[in-house]
Amino acid sequence: MLRAALREVSTALKEGQVSPTELCQRCLSLIKATKCLNAYITVTEDTALRQAEESEKRYRRGQSLGDLDGIPVAVKDNFSTTGIETTCASNMLKGYIPPYNATVVQKLLDQGAVLIGKTNLDEFAMGSGSTDGIFGPVRNPWSYSKQYREKCGQNSHLENEDSSWLITGGSSGGSAAAVSSFTCFAALGSDTGGSTRNPAAHCGVVGLKPTYGLVSRHGLIPLVNSMDVPGILTRCVDDAATVLGVLAGHDPKDSTTVQDPFNPFKLPSVIDVGKLCIGIPKEYHIPGLSSETLKVWSKAADLFENAGARVIEVSLPHTCYSIVCYHVLCAAEVASNMARFDGLEYGHRSNMDKSTESMYAATRREGFNDVVRGRILSGNYFLLKQNYEKYFIKAQKVRRLIANDFVNVFSSGVDVLLTPTTLRDAVPYVEFIKEDNRTRSAQDDIFTQAANMSAFLHNLGGVRNLCLKNIQVLLYSRQSLTSDLYKKIYVNLSKEYGFKVCIWEEASNLPTQGPIQERAEKPSLQVCTSTEHKWLQHYFLTGNAKPDQI
Amino acid sequence: MAAPVSGGGRLCRLAWRRRAGALHSGAQPAALGREPGKVAAAQSGVAPWRAVVGLEVHAQISSNSKIFSGSQVQFTAPPNSLVSFFDASLPGTLPVLNRRCVEAAVMTGLALSCSINKKSLFDRKHYFYADLPAGYQITQQRLPIAVNGNLSYTLCVGAKQSQMVTKNVRIKQIQLEQDSGKSLHNDARSQTFIDLNRAGVGLMEVVMEPDMCCGEEAAAAVRELQLILQTLGSSQAIMAEGQLRVDANVSVHHPGESYGVRTEVKNINSLRFLARAVDYEIQRQIEELENGGTILNETRAFDYKLGCTIPMRDKEGKQDYRFMPEPNLPPLILYDAKSLPANIDDQQVVNIDWIQERLPDLPSVKRVRLVEQYGILPEHSFTLLNEDGLMELFEDVVRETQMNPKKVIGWVISELLGHLKQYDLTVKESPVNSLSLADLLNLLERGVISSSAAKQVLEELWKGEGKTPLQIVKEKRLELIQNQRELDQICQAVMEGHQEEVMEIKAGNKKVLNKLIGLVQRATQRRADPILVKQILEKKLSQ
Repeated sequence: MLRAALREVSTALKEGQVSPTELCQRCLSLIKATKCLNAYITVTEDTALRQAEESEKRYRRGQSLGDLDGIPVAVKDNFSTTGIETTCASNMLKGYIPPYNATVVQKLLDQGAVLIGKTNLDEFAMGSGSTDGIFGPVRNPWSYSKQYREKCGQNSHLENEDSSWLITGGSSGGSAAAVSSFTCFAALGSDTGGSTRNPAAHCGVVGLKPTYGLVSRHGLIPLVNSMDVPGILTRCVDDAATVLGVLAGHDPKDSTTVQDPFNPFKLPSVIDVGKLCIGIPKEYHIPGLSSETLKVWSKAADLFENAGARVIEVSLPHTCYSIVCYHVLCAAEVASNMARFDGLEYGHRSNMDKSTESMYAATRREGFNDVVRGRILSGNYFLLKQNYEKYFIKAQKVRRLIANDFVNVFSSGVDVLLTPTTLRDAVPYVEFIKEDNRTRSAQDDIFTQAANMSAFLHNLGGVRNLCLKNIQVLLYSRQSLTSDLYKKIYVNLSKEYGFKVCIWEEASNLPTQGPIQERAEKPSLQVCTSTEHKWLQHYFLTGNAKPDQI
Repeated sequence: MAAPVSGGGRLCRLAWRRRAGALHSGAQPAALGREPGKVAAAQSGVAPWRAVVGLEVHAQISSNSKIFSGSQVQFTAPPNSLVSFFDASLPGTLPVLNRRCVEAAVMTGLALSCSINKKSLFDRKHYFYADLPAGYQITQQRLPIAVNGNLSYTLCVGAKQSQMVTKNVRIKQIQLEQDSGKSLHNDARSQTFIDLNRAGVGLMEVVMEPDMCCGEEAAAAVRELQLILQTLGSSQAIMAEGQLRVDANVSVHHPGESYGVRTEVKNINSLRFLARAVDYEIQRQIEELENGGTILNETRAFDYKLGCTIPMRDKEGKQDYRFMPEPNLPPLILYDAKSLPANIDDQQVVNIDWIQERLPDLPSVKRVRLVEQYGILPEHSFTLLNEDGLMELFEDVVRETQMNPKKVIGWVISELLGHLKQYDLTVKESPVNSLSLADLLNLLERGVISSSAAKQVLEELWKGEGKTPLQIVKEKRLELIQNQRELDQICQAVMEGHQEEVMEIKAGNKKVLNKLIGLVQRATQRRADPILVKQILEKKLSQ
């Protein structure tokens, strides 16, 4: 039952073959049994069981909320969850309990989904291995598969199980491992430079990075606001479509979400790929690409060609600048976003109380790891007045060129780009940690990063990606306002290849203007008072310290 | 009374000279003449100084909720009772722009003849401070909502403040931004308390070009801006409540030379202090330079107790704000009738033309109307608008009396306002309302009482005992003697008792007549109509 796809288990629930509580309990036991994977930071056993019970009541009354009712799901620990600790795998937020739900979390709960736990990640999602968080690295479930153990047997130096385990990729490694190890049926990740697609590829699950603006970021603790997208990890493509159908749509709390109404859709069972034009970007054929990955890539291209699609070589000339450009933009936004962590209102606060400034400094030194501090430092450097033109503006210009590459390719008649997701399969942890976080990210995000760059360029649409079995399908969200917004193309190659490739496109009319809300006397957002929320004390004390004279 | 701002009736000087003696609080710059540039040099033999003053005015937008969150805006509320998750910068929260704040800025921009940018952008300005929870302020650095405007204001000059001079200051830009919270320092316990009620309240920063040259000009310009904001309702603009905050950029140079190094003066919380702070700073810079010193590009705070500016430990000046685009807010697009797309939800757009059509009459228009409608002097129109509620009071009184408005204005300004100023009261707090003043003026106009008796009645009315003017007149027996015979007899008696004066008048010294009138008044306890008395006396004298 646990190995079933979301859609199958949903049917089972509806038909009463299994009860939500039973399903939840089974998942919880499996989480305990697979504790060594370190996929979860928090397992929300009590609330999960309570939610399952509620779901059960609804089923009994025949008032199920939909496909997700009673389905155990996991959420990356950088999405805010009411009453549940949200740490971002950082000392800075250890013990932080948000008073509100991220929009995507709320949407899942509104559909009756059972939140089973918060998953592990790299600290503040900065990394490509899920190895750099305070709760330790996530282990790839495939480390314990028969195939891998057999393979290890051939290499004597990997025989020791303790050193041979594989990384999951990251930064949403916890979510990927959770889905892959059957402890939940879908999980939320986040994708800024490949953080959903990369671990999906390494853990053998489906990873979907929706177009920027299609899914609300409200409540997602940001890495790079202009590139962050909540990601979806599932065991098959249909499930990803189902979850996307629940999550997508305008959110008045996120001004960057598309304002066109979103109609959830189901994928058709068969589609003719004969009319498709598949683009193979030549720049993605780079020296570091492993022979295995190359083989899979060619095979996938062949499959399309054999099914009648036109497969052509295309060029994305500026992709090679993507990583260096990302470093500048990411660091700059990180420096800005992390400025709020000063120990005053929430999160870690140092005992240092010589002055407010020294308290800030100590808090941030103790709260952030080296990777986060390094990005903050370089980000502030890039944003200095004398450097702004040289780095930030230049990077933004390059970003536009990268996005234009996609526009050019897709407007030349290419429907789909087919690329690898990562250079190679997952590597053992001992190998992975030989390089530093920055070098690793530069290598691992190489195929995924450019797509994030194409986000947030207004009136340009964005690129959405789907990744599975290390093959990435990139689709261009065309700007069109036809009534048939969401044309669906579905390619079923499962018979021959054992996986389904799903392609669909939707009009993504990114907002050129956020919602302007006129507010009534009563505020639209919840107003906290000192008595209502523990996190908000009567006054925020800066402690036994006085800022210097204003 | 007619001065548009408090601070005395000094001429605005275009040139300055070092003041003799040490600087002291509220230093008054020495005047060098009306055409100072030339005259000054000729007179003193030293090159004159020219001062340049620019202003940055932060006006809190009058709105129900904050600019990027749904929290209420209220001046008096328990600490941290108006704080949303966004205001406290909880991770993951995002800004959503408040339509009312955009409209207020557009309104203000239009009233200041700005061009409104159909597309404007938001930026983050970074600095660490305890009352700035996010570590950055969302503002409009690159492309603000309104640019290139103009504010004209009027100064009263001349010995009697009766000469009106209209001046202009260019408005560089108006930008939308967030306010910060408040820090309350407890030095004794070396603790700082943070109140975030104000954090995230919408601000309009109005940047004025350095077109002013002294404190009085700066204060007059801000006063006019304040009136405009209050008329529009875009800000309550009460300086004492911090809804209007002014920073002044001040520098001095010799005419013909490039501008000097400027300082920024902060912590100014009234118009009077603005004028004083600017004048002090100009004087300080001149003194510093003439003593061979240099001016540092620094931020100084005005100490209103000492009446001087003192350097702030300068984090601001050297700080690099590391501006970057605010990624969570798309560009703000405004429309006009031409560009407004069809079938668009009215709630989702701001239409500039629609706002333009609904702009209320601005203070300058109101003043012209007052002068035309009532025939009052222009300087009186300024006074009426400068005092909150005075124009309404004046118009109410005019409506309720038969008295000529030209006479009413004298009573309103000299008597009523004069008294209010003396006791530091606002029009609202006045114990004499428009109704009792109108009653009183009607008694005067109908000849029931003399104008001196009217003043006496007014004195009684100030006590606020709830008596009507008529009651007071009755109690104090202040009615004019209406009986001609009675007056005749009194006049006769006075003339008989003062034969010497009568002889003098008959000899041609007409001035002495006034003395006789005065004597009659004394005899009647001022209850005689002086005009009537004069007539009677003249008649008797000519017999």
